[in-house]
Amino acid sequence: MDLFSKQNREVFSNPLNLDNPIMVQVLGICSALAVTSQLKPAIVMGLAVTIITAFSNVIISLIRNTIPNRIRIIVQLVVVAALVTIVSQILKAVAYDVSVELSVYVGLIITNCILMGRLEAFAMTNKPWPSFLDGVGNGLGYAMILVIVGAIREFFGRGSLLGFKILPQSFYDAGYMDNGMMSMPAMALILLGCVIWVHRAYFYKEDKK
Amino acid sequence: MSLRNYLDKIRPNFEEGGKLHAFKSVFDGFETFLYVPNETSKSGTSIHDAIDSKRIMSIVVLSLVPAMLFGMYNIGYQNALAAGKLADATCWGMFLYGMLALLPKILVSYIVGLGIEFAWAQWKGEEIQEGYLVSGILIPLIIPVTTPLWILVLAVAFAVIFTKEIFGGTGMNIFNVALAARAFLFFSYPSKMTGDSIWVAKDAIFGLGYTLPDGFTMATPLGEIAQGTTVNTPICDMVVGLIPGSVGETSVIAIAIGAVILLWTNIASWKTMFSVFLGGTVMGLLFQSTGATPIHWYEHLVLGGFCFGAVFMATDPVTSARTETGKWVYGFFIGAMAIIIRVLNPGYPEGMMLAILFGNMFAPLIDYCVVQSNISKRAKRAK
Repeated sequence: MDLFSKQNREVFSNPLNLDNPIMVQVLGICSALAVTSQLKPAIVMGLAVTIITAFSNVIISLIRNTIPNRIRIIVQLVVVAALVTIVSQILKAVAYDVSVELSVYVGLIITNCILMGRLEAFAMTNKPWPSFLDGVGNGLGYAMILVIVGAIREFFGRGSLLGFKILPQSFYDAGYMDNGMMSMPAMALILLGCVIWVHRAYFYKEDKK
Repeated sequence: MSLRNYLDKIRPNFEEGGKLHAFKSVFDGFETFLYVPNETSKSGTSIHDAIDSKRIMSIVVLSLVPAMLFGMYNIGYQNALAAGKLADATCWGMFLYGMLALLPKILVSYIVGLGIEFAWAQWKGEEIQEGYLVSGILIPLIIPVTTPLWILVLAVAFAVIFTKEIFGGTGMNIFNVALAARAFLFFSYPSKMTGDSIWVAKDAIFGLGYTLPDGFTMATPLGEIAQGTTVNTPICDMVVGLIPGSVGETSVIAIAIGAVILLWTNIASWKTMFSVFLGGTVMGLLFQSTGATPIHWYEHLVLGGFCFGAVFMATDPVTSARTETGKWVYGFFIGAMAIIIRVLNPGYPEGMMLAILFGNMFAPLIDYCVVQSNISKRAKRAK
């Protein structure tokens, strides 16, 4: 078995661009709007989702043949909930400030459509290793958009990145002001729309057949 | 007709293969602005009026002129009043000062907005659409006189791109473009759009007007209500418009002149306009009788942007309800909502902007309900 066959590489790289969960499938929008007002929580959230998607994919893929079809959603939820609880506890222990900022959104990863979507669509019918790659790919595809939106929002909304002030005071003295709307979810939606717009214009050839 | 001849002479330059083909949409835009185009539609049915949308837009701009001129005068008046030099200031001096204060905003609004429209039309290979003629003059009239020009640039760009062009251009927008620009400013830079230090121009321009100290504050009557202080402005000042506020919104008389022009030429719907005032009156009376608001119901109607919004914004034919019954519902909803926001939300002293944007959002739903109820009524009759 070739671990990095062309097929496996595609499983990993497709979600980053042509089959991106946010830009193309438009899943996981809710949390993407809520946690991206600053860069740091966006990165942590992206990583948390990546880890949880990857490992829940692996676990479900391992036991996929033993899960009764009728109760598969419940089984999937139990696995995801267990992983979310672990991640949430680790966050509280290691990075308490960020976990406070993310508040309920870590817990709500359970309901993230990307997770359930990957479990249903991929892990239930594939072997553990491709499932792992698929989970990592989708998680990173999600994290990538969060980081882009989070960086734009923090830079224009607070003049800083990762909490460090980027814009010098002389800018503010000259009359520059931080854009308050950037810290509202409404602007996140518009920015997300712009990201999708640019992506469709350059990469995603939906209509050109 | 030498202009006509000149246009015909330079036209080949803009045709396919001509030297200036890149500017074809700009040429088309100016030509159809100057002369009514002589072309008819090529497909489908269409009902033609004696005037097209460029002429309609011009009349709306014309009806805005009284409010704009009075706004200019009021800028100078407020400045002189605040400096305590009202006795020395001449009428023309105050007007000239206000004109110099407002002119950069009008220019910036038109240059940025039309620039984006022209570039967009050229990029998409479409004709230039005329909608920005009205928005371009509305935007400077609904912001405070001290708004910095650079945030105005951002707001205009945001409004034109995100509330108009991405919906498909003029006639397709869901939200009123001018109000979207104001909403962007309101939520992005609240310190420059609300409060009591922004309503009076503070700097002398070319020796005209008076420089006021930095810490000078002057609240609008609605701002005073929100802070809980009593309003001492006499009602005649409110009607004439000699109160601080956004540039064009203060004078009820100037707005009334515009309203007469709009109604006389049948451009604005009297149903929408009337029902906005009706909604405001009903809500105002209700709040006055329960003691929720310290001022009379009629003062609510003349203060702030209520009249301006009712006459120029709510009646926007693109974003308002189009069915005749729907216009009543839509107007009443906006008027009532504006007063509700004013009275019940202490964070927003003025509710007209949000009320109209809210109304814009519900207009298609209102139309849908009216049409469906008509259909079911007729279906019953047919049985």
